[in-house]
Amino acid sequence: MIIETSGLRKSFRSRAGRETKTVEAVRGVDLSVAEGEIFGFLGPNGAGKTTTLRMLATLLEPDGGTAVIAGADLRKEPGEVRRRIGYVAQGGSTWDESTGREELVLHARMYGISKADAQRRATEALDTFELAEYADRRCKTYSGGQRRRVDIALGIIHSPKVVFLDEPTTGLDPQSRAHMWGEVRKLREMGMTVFLTTHYLDEADALCDRLAIMDHGQIVAEGTPADLKQEVLGDVVSVNAREVAKAADLFDNAEYVRKVETTEQSLRLYVEDGASAIPHVLRTLDAEGVSIEGIELHRPSLDDVFLAKTGRSLRES
Amino acid sequence: MKFLRDTWLVFQRQMQLLLRNPVWVAVGIIQPLFYLLLFAPLMKQALSAGGPMTDEQAYRIFVPGMLVMVALFSAFSGFGIIAELRAGVIERNRVTPVSRVALLLGRSLRDVVQLLFQAVLVTLLAVPFGLRVAVGDALLAYLLIGLMTLLLSSTGYALGLTLRSEDAMAPMLNTVIQPIMLLAGIFLPLTFAPQWLKNVANVNPFKWATDGVRALFAGNPGDDAVWQALAILTPLTVLALFISSRTFAKSVR
Ligand SMILES: Nc1ncnc2c1ncn2[C@@H]1O[C@H](COP(=O)(O)OP(=O)(O)OP(=O)(O)O)[C@@H](O)[C@H]1O
Ligand SMILES: [Mg+2]
Repeated sequence: MIIETSGLRKSFRSRAGRETKTVEAVRGVDLSVAEGEIFGFLGPNGAGKTTTLRMLATLLEPDGGTAVIAGADLRKEPGEVRRRIGYVAQGGSTWDESTGREELVLHARMYGISKADAQRRATEALDTFELAEYADRRCKTYSGGQRRRVDIALGIIHSPKVVFLDEPTTGLDPQSRAHMWGEVRKLREMGMTVFLTTHYLDEADALCDRLAIMDHGQIVAEGTPADLKQEVLGDVVSVNAREVAKAADLFDNAEYVRKVETTEQSLRLYVEDGASAIPHVLRTLDAEGVSIEGIELHRPSLDDVFLAKTGRSLRES
Repeated sequence: MKFLRDTWLVFQRQMQLLLRNPVWVAVGIIQPLFYLLLFAPLMKQALSAGGPMTDEQAYRIFVPGMLVMVALFSAFSGFGIIAELRAGVIERNRVTPVSRVALLLGRSLRDVVQLLFQAVLVTLLAVPFGLRVAVGDALLAYLLIGLMTLLLSSTGYALGLTLRSEDAMAPMLNTVIQPIMLLAGIFLPLTFAPQWLKNVANVNPFKWATDGVRALFAGNPGDDAVWQALAILTPLTVLALFISSRTFAKSVR
């Protein structure tokens, strides 16, 4: 495991008027991330994603818990952790008056890299992220997507083992987002472990090998996107029929059905694997002479997972 | 070794950005000119109340005051650091293994270079008005105000990183800098002050700095005021650098 954390905690004291309130931003996070994977942190605003990342990146001292990142202990050898990781902040990190190339060269040199090597790496990174054209323009003239790509290039300029990307695609248009997914996959191909946060369901689903769902400072579920969806609900087969009540009775004892729900005109069957359940369902209905008007297979989304774990929809929170 | 290299890296970048925006050079020339042209003649008349005074004598009192004033303004460095904080530059620096003291010192040294440039300019501009000063004395005076700048700019950075908002910073600096300026005898030497005011001014380290610089411009490097100023500014500067580099290590967001 390239990242292992245990019981990571952080609370903030903030003042609202006269009262001081304590916000428990992260309440005991246990994680393990395997080398070479794209690991995602999915959660609504204020879930504690950034706080966790900032702790792992040595920017914020944890109140409790431990973490080992790329073989270095977060508390005992933060300097070593810094050498082995890259971090791209949620809010960006470029200076308006500098050019992309200057930022890259300086940032590389801050890792102790020689000037010549830093310049070579900068050129390489500018090519990788298709920024060569704008390399010598000031950052304030960049588009949002270009600027974000510079941020990512900065995060990996020293070839870290692990790179933390805090919401790499927030604020980008759909096309730039798709582009960015490609860049993130490129990082994995280059041998890096990527730890990213997002509150986009489709992004977590499409991009991440494994993910953790976070809410109110805690991890509520962890696994591959497919496993998570499977584990919580399986698939849903919904059947439109006239005699819903009668139809529902037929499945009370069917062992491949986990749960039966009825609405006015439809019957919802929660099953492990929808594709293999449909023939059974049809046969059962046919045998009892229940006529149906339609049948539909619905694969659960990560939002359904979030809903099942927290009682809220991610889209609403 | 690493520390020196890191400091150089930070300093270099800051200088590069500074030179990219030459407005400050113009401001650095025009502001002192205002004081030399519009205020110095008035001060000469006012001081003549205590006995007739030549232009040279007047500028020997006035120019050191102005040098100290310009140095005091380096506390406004904190505004720049808030902008860097907001842009995420500080956080990006802090995830690298770069020395935290270098993050501060590289920036403060930029401020010192900028100030020394202004100081030389002010001195040269005052020469046509009758100012005469030995090069050795002037260099020692620059050392004093250089120390002051290091002290004040690093304090400004610590304040900026702690307060994290221009709105909190501006009133705070103004309330602190005003009395310090008045109590340093920048415009009128405190020799004319009533005793109680002198007593209050004695706790102001920058009053000692002003006295030291004035002694040097008067051609008395052996004056007690010179070593006293050094003895007061040096430990304060070291302390400020220490505290401020800790805010670079700890700064939250
Ligand atoms: N420096 C701070 N001082 C006080 N409270 C803070 C601080 N940083 C974060 N918090 C609080 O901690 C909680 C978690 O914040 P965090 O930024 O980690 O959330 P997030 O999951 O990254 O959210 P988002 O998706 O909006 O970026 C929030 O309630 C936030 O207000
Ligand atoms: Mg966040």
